[in-house]
Amino acid sequence: MNDGIFTVMFYLAAIIAVTAAWGVIYCKNLVHSALFLALCFIAVAGLYALLNADFLAAVQIMVYAGTVVILIVLGIMMTRRVSMDRSNVMEKSSILGAAVVSLLLLVCLLLIFLNVSFVDSAVNDIQDTVGALAQLLLTHYVLAFEIAAVLLLSAMIGAIVLAKGADEK
Amino acid sequence: MEQFALTHAWLIPLVPAAAFAIIGLFLQNFHKLSAAIAILAITFGFVMSLGIAGAVFNLGITVDAPFVQRIEWIKIAGLQFDMGVIIDPLSVLMLLVVTLVSLLVQIYSVGYMKGDKGFGRFFSYMSLFSASMLGLNISINFVQMYVFWELVGLCSYLLIGFYYYRIPAREAAKKAFITTRIGDFGLLIGILLLQMLFGTVDFIQLRQVIPVYLMANGAGVLTIIGILLFMGPIGKSGQFPLHVWLPDAMEGPAPVSALIHAATMVVAGVYLVARAYFLFASLPILMNIIAWIGAFTAFFGASIAFSQHAIKRILAYSTISQLGYMMLALGVGSLTASMFHLMTHAFFKSLLFLCAGAVMHAVNEEADIFKMGGLRRKMPVVFVTMTIGVLAISGLPPFSGFFSKDAILAAAAHVSMPLYLIGIVTAFMTAFYMARLLFLVFFGESRQKEVHKVSRFMQLPLIVLAALAVVSGLGGYVYNFGDWVRFGPPVVEHMDWLLASTSTLLSLLAFVLAWNIYGSKRWSSDIIAKKLGIIYTITFNKYYIDEFYALLCRIFIDGIGKIMYFIDLYIIDGTVNAVSALVLLFSKLLSKFQTGQVQRYAAVFVCGVVILLLCTIMYLDKVNGVLAAGGAF
Amino acid sequence: MTVGMTHFLILSALLFCIGLYGLLVKRNLFSILMCIELMLNAVNINFAAFNYFLPMPDLSGQVMMIFSITVAAAEVAVGLALIFRIYHDFATVNIDKINNMKG
Repeated sequence: MNDGIFTVMFYLAAIIAVTAAWGVIYCKNLVHSALFLALCFIAVAGLYALLNADFLAAVQIMVYAGTVVILIVLGIMMTRRVSMDRSNVMEKSSILGAAVVSLLLLVCLLLIFLNVSFVDSAVNDIQDTVGALAQLLLTHYVLAFEIAAVLLLSAMIGAIVLAKGADEK
Repeated sequence: MEQFALTHAWLIPLVPAAAFAIIGLFLQNFHKLSAAIAILAITFGFVMSLGIAGAVFNLGITVDAPFVQRIEWIKIAGLQFDMGVIIDPLSVLMLLVVTLVSLLVQIYSVGYMKGDKGFGRFFSYMSLFSASMLGLNISINFVQMYVFWELVGLCSYLLIGFYYYRIPAREAAKKAFITTRIGDFGLLIGILLLQMLFGTVDFIQLRQVIPVYLMANGAGVLTIIGILLFMGPIGKSGQFPLHVWLPDAMEGPAPVSALIHAATMVVAGVYLVARAYFLFASLPILMNIIAWIGAFTAFFGASIAFSQHAIKRILAYSTISQLGYMMLALGVGSLTASMFHLMTHAFFKSLLFLCAGAVMHAVNEEADIFKMGGLRRKMPVVFVTMTIGVLAISGLPPFSGFFSKDAILAAAAHVSMPLYLIGIVTAFMTAFYMARLLFLVFFGESRQKEVHKVSRFMQLPLIVLAALAVVSGLGGYVYNFGDWVRFGPPVVEHMDWLLASTSTLLSLLAFVLAWNIYGSKRWSSDIIAKKLGIIYTITFNKYYIDEFYALLCRIFIDGIGKIMYFIDLYIIDGTVNAVSALVLLFSKLLSKFQTGQVQRYAAVFVCGVVILLLCTIMYLDKVNGVLAAGGAF
Repeated sequence: MTVGMTHFLILSALLFCIGLYGLLVKRNLFSILMCIELMLNAVNINFAAFNYFLPMPDLSGQVMMIFSITVAAAEVAVGLALIFRIYHDFATVNIDKINNMKG
């Protein structure tokens, strides 16, 4: 891929992602926040595509932007019946503390990232990512793959039991 | 059978211990069953002991070549204790005496304790006591012995306080426990010093090491250790000045007094000295101390028994006196005489206690002998057996006491005249106060209208013990007791006819005297008491030793207590309270952080992450170095 | 300046800190859940960037992303179920009201 296009695309996706993330925090309406979250996920999917992870980009859109956000919106709908205005306000008293903590972390991370000199000359550009991924998943990572499947199953059962409520009689 | 008994001697204490557990845990309310189990267990012990005795005779096990079994008990670097079984004539004698007396006393208790709420509890304690006493007898080292020694003390405590709802019983139990503890403390220190000095507390090993040590270093340190060790027997065997608990221990039921505070437990101290005789016998100063304490205790106990009124108290002081005899014998170097007297005393003193129990049972728990009288017709069995007991303890031939006491007096006469004189005077006094007891209780006019019958369970042991009180002395004399139970070369018993006839004559004289005062009332006892005046008052009040101790306690312990109380209240409590207040303050402060708000926790968590990252930043150069070297992250 | 790994890392740090900020200031449970998702995504970006820029022969980084997404999905499911439960028991989704563990 052309370097120029890569740069432009990166900045575009990055700006959208950061703005959307900020929108998630900033919006006072919970549903708007959820929509911004979806936007952010899509922008991140774009970044994945830039990083030669086209399969992951698709998964990102399907799982996050599709399922997760939809689930969350559904959840919001089920628990909130009055007006959505001011459903997602920030707690005034904790803004200062939260900002300090977050900024501290950010500064630390930036200090590290800017001072570490990564060797990033070589670029990993395997063309058939789906094939390569499948190869890895079903050979080297097959145990983790199975465990992930079990995890999903148990999460499903756990979610059902939790949502249904334990039989208290 | 003999071989089996010999190699399974460890079962003897174990089976009564199991009986204790079973009764204590499950059968407290099943009276007949619990008694049956306890008696069965001790019968087993008796049969095993007989088997072991047979083995000892047939296999030629002597005190010089004991049969020892041992297993490793505790082992850490530089410290090893074994547990095991030592079988020699000495321990076999103890096993036989303990199991036999225990068996008889337990049979007696079936009748005596009938209808008592604590029947099951009583038998479980009795089993535990038998187990610990038997364990003590076969101990192969001081530590094992100390464990059982304390267990025996615990049983004594439990059984003295058996009627725990009665305040005197509780007090007596505490007194016994604490008083013996003073002696046990010395014993423990002595054992520790032995371990430090020799690196072992095993009897067999010590026996080999000590002569070598004495040759090299002299007796100085060892004498101190010996004195400390001897403090245990002083407490346990009721020697002066720690005898005060024994008379009070009579608050327990009569069978307990018979078994524990006359026949078996109190002789544990004598047994300890006998078991470690290789140590004591090599220290002349210590031997002198033992002999004099024994002689003094013998005289002292007898003089108090002179003027007491309560039947069991008289017997208790008599026990103190007789234990003094045993110590005297040990002190003058005659282990044989001591153990011989231990055996005969176990029989006739438990007999006397059981008779006293039967008498008190019959007359509604009346204890004052001056309020009894004329019981001779009403309870003939008890009368006859008790008479035998009294004759035995008074040392009249051919009863057992004659032989054993004579052996002691002969041994004392060989060593020191003063000791012999004290012994013979004590013998006279013993005969006198026992005769006094006998005449007051069984002769004279009857003061009791109703007399309860003595059940068969109670009569049988009396008869058996009376028979033993008659024959055990003669048997021991004829069959050369000294060949088996001895220290050093075999002892051949020579009856010293001069000494024997002197003591016999004195005893007879005492009987005549007692008859004139208490039997026929020719001379009034009150007038004599008045004439004796201050002496009578002093002995009646047991030389005011209890009062003296109480005063000592008041001055020292209360004084120290007051100081300690002050320190405790203001300094220690103050510190503790201050610390706790401080902790409370901090915890209140800290609990403010526990807001229950997850997000605040998350913020703290992130702060932690930030600190970790700061650490990483400090080592960034290193990270870059690794990366430059081509290390993948 | 060409876009390199550092750019992606900085972007992910930004997203992560925004998510963290949201996590700390919001009181609505759904909102908190969304912020957690944001942070997870920021981490995933790192995986993708490392896999792309570092000299790595295969797609292990992307496999990690798959697992990460799996875990995130499971977490959303359980998290939502928990929120329903809390709503059922406390009749609120405001985390301030749920402080039974307060010391």
